[in-house]
Amino acid sequence: MAIEVRIPTILRTYTDGAKQVEGTGSTLDELLADLEQRHGGLRARLVDDGGLRRFVNVYLNDEDVRFLAGLDTPVKDGDTVTVLPAVAGGAI
Amino acid sequence: MLTIPQNLYDQIVAHARADHPDEACGVLAGPARSDRPERFIPMTNAARSPTFYEFDSTEQFRVWQEMEERDEEPVVIYHSHTATEAYPSRTDITLASEPGAHYVLVSTREPTSTEFRSYRIVDGRVTEEPVTVAE
Repeated sequence: MAIEVRIPTILRTYTDGAKQVEGTGSTLDELLADLEQRHGGLRARLVDDGGLRRFVNVYLNDEDVRFLAGLDTPVKDGDTVTVLPAVAGGAI
Repeated sequence: MLTIPQNLYDQIVAHARADHPDEACGVLAGPARSDRPERFIPMTNAARSPTFYEFDSTEQFRVWQEMEERDEEPVVIYHSHTATEAYPSRTDITLASEPGAHYVLVSTREPTSTEFRSYRIVDGRVTEEPVTVAE
């Protein structure tokens, strides 16, 4: 068992095109560190010094982790983590 | 080129008009790899702003999940500019993250006519494309 992580099209360059990868960890932060071992560069697209990047959404199962504990959100085997780029923009 | 059914075109324009002066946004979903928009999905602009739009993240998850289950993709991602032309802003370009989508911009700055234009935005490069409205 592991944690399933779903990767959006734009970040699949880090996963050799895979839509889905697996990782381990007890928090989201640990999971991203684990993924980084095999998918170098991915973490920096999701996280900066201030935590999760403003325009990247990460969901634990069906909940935005911003409404949970962000990078400290506990994760466990059998969970699904989904990454979606925010859809945003504007006139200015 | 973007080919869009008349009824979907009309629904985008109506949504943009209804939310004016705030920006309106949403998706046209279509069968994966078909390049054919078929389903109108208006989204909440979580920013509720005349100069910014952002999909509500929870709603986005639900809609993306639903598209996945139906083997669909976001063929079109649309939003409105309410005081400026229908051309992608610097912010639009920086944040564009669906390289396969047609980015539709409509401008509601003129009360009686609506500008409706479509673009590809890939790696920070904008390419305008013709729009064909089909019956």
